[in-house]
Amino acid sequence: MQAFEYVAATSVTQAVSLLKERGEQARVLSGGTDLLVQLKEGRRYASLLIDIKPIPEVNELSYSPETGLRIGAAVPCFHLSNQAAIRQAYPGLIDAVALIGGVQIQGRATLGGNLSNASPAADSIPALIVHHAVCDIAGPAGRRELAVERFCTAPGKNALDVGEFLVAIRVPPPPAHFGAAYLRFIPRNEMDIAVVGAAASVTLNKQGDIILSGRIALGAVAPTPLLAEEAGAALAGRPADAEMIEQVARIAQHAARPITDMRGTAAQRKHLAYVLTRRVLEHAIERARTTT
Amino acid sequence: MSKTLVQARINGEEVAFVCEPNQTLLEVLRNTLGLTGTKEGCSNGNCGACNVILDGVLVNSCLVLAVEVAGKSVTTVEGIAGPNGLHPIQQKFLEHAALQCGICTPGFIVAAKALLDHNPHPTEEEARRWLAGNLCRCTGYDKIVRAVLAAAEVLQAAPAT
Ligand SMILES: Cc1cc2nc3c(=O)[nH]c(=O)nc-3n(C[C@H](O)[C@H](O)[C@H](O)COP(=O)(O)OP(=O)(O)OC[C@H]3O[C@@H](n4cnc5c(N)ncnc54)[C@H](O)[C@@H]3O)c2cc1C
Ligand code: FES
Ligand code: FES
Repeated sequence: MQAFEYVAATSVTQAVSLLKERGEQARVLSGGTDLLVQLKEGRRYASLLIDIKPIPEVNELSYSPETGLRIGAAVPCFHLSNQAAIRQAYPGLIDAVALIGGVQIQGRATLGGNLSNASPAADSIPALIVHHAVCDIAGPAGRRELAVERFCTAPGKNALDVGEFLVAIRVPPPPAHFGAAYLRFIPRNEMDIAVVGAAASVTLNKQGDIILSGRIALGAVAPTPLLAEEAGAALAGRPADAEMIEQVARIAQHAARPITDMRGTAAQRKHLAYVLTRRVLEHAIERARTTT
Repeated sequence: MSKTLVQARINGEEVAFVCEPNQTLLEVLRNTLGLTGTKEGCSNGNCGACNVILDGVLVNSCLVLAVEVAGKSVTTVEGIAGPNGLHPIQQKFLEHAALQCGICTPGFIVAAKALLDHNPHPTEEEARRWLAGNLCRCTGYDKIVRAVLAAAEVLQAAPAT
């Protein structure tokens, strides 16, 4: 592996000042499951790795039905999927988190890293988007928040400025009668990168037959994970039935602008965007009907 | 680059070693500490041959920097057998012929140990999912899964230390 220095940062302030001082030369190290592979393969260069795991705040994981979920950027996926209350409140997110790598990767990989790495195919990002998640960012000018759908700017690039890093992801508490789901297509059952991923969330009326609002987000069909805004808007006020699902899935398919690469062709991805949107919507509605 | 002194607990013993910041835990285990039971397959997180347990969590040691384990506790395949001989997982691998060339075996054994520590009564489905991050190119997974499930039964009857 290329040579670099290593600093175990112990505070947000220390990490920010090192990031500012070293600029592009410095990289944040979280679980390392993307970064160390990229450094080994020469796809990224860094002269300094700033390990954020020793910073207490970035390890915090808290949930309450009133304030919602706060996931420190260095919390490994493994911890998230282990908590029943979180699984119940954020089913779409947990669908996605449980898919990232095998157990060994789950033990290290973080949501902060999955998001910051900004892969168009990252599993957690469409799910975070449909759960209305927000990035809590620290930088030289203090703290700022940014909606997850605005965080990724291009493949491998994100909205962080020099000196900034992601401290935590905040996910608001779900309203009543809310459901969400994430699905991806891969050629086998485990351990692969999404050919297409799709997430949906819906809030139903009390009777469970009308959708009050919802969101659809897609992965691996555009340079960044995509919030399909028109598809989301088309959910509001509609009966939660097969006709609506079919129409919204077609709108989501239309929003997909995939490329052809080693994992799949553009045409296959278009088709998958439709099929997966249909399935996640069905699943999200089903879940919304069974929550209180 | 500056060498760093790292202190960690490895297989129950306090160990101090010197490493470069860009050395992986896998490199240090094998090349500095002589713990060659941990294998290098892919070096990019896909095969599980390098599995170790880090503070109770199963990880790929090829994707952990050696400097990151300062103050932590690491269990390698060398730390699985007890004072009275093979661990039931190892014994069952032998009885079920769950290995051929053996390069994947330490990773599977460590992964299976982490599984049974976490979930002493896994279903076959749970065992297969847990082991999905370990690749074997020669034995076929069936014998490995049978061995792990058989070890779970032995441990249920008489928990190993
Ligand atoms: C075998 C294998 C299987 C995988 N399977 C999947 C999969 O199924 N789905 C999937 O989506 N991904 C998968 N991945 C990719 C990877 O595991 C995930 O993207 C993971 O969530 C990355 O998190 P990390 O903590 O390891 O990130 P790191 O590698 O530590 O960091 C990733 C990038 O983000 C930056 N970064 C990290 N944290 C921060 C922060 N807090 N602030 C600013 N920048 C930061 C780093 O500098 C680096 O550029 C897989 C990887 C491997 C090796
Ligand atoms: S050598 Fe570490 S996963 Fe293959
Ligand atoms: S026994 Fe040869 S790779 Fe598994």
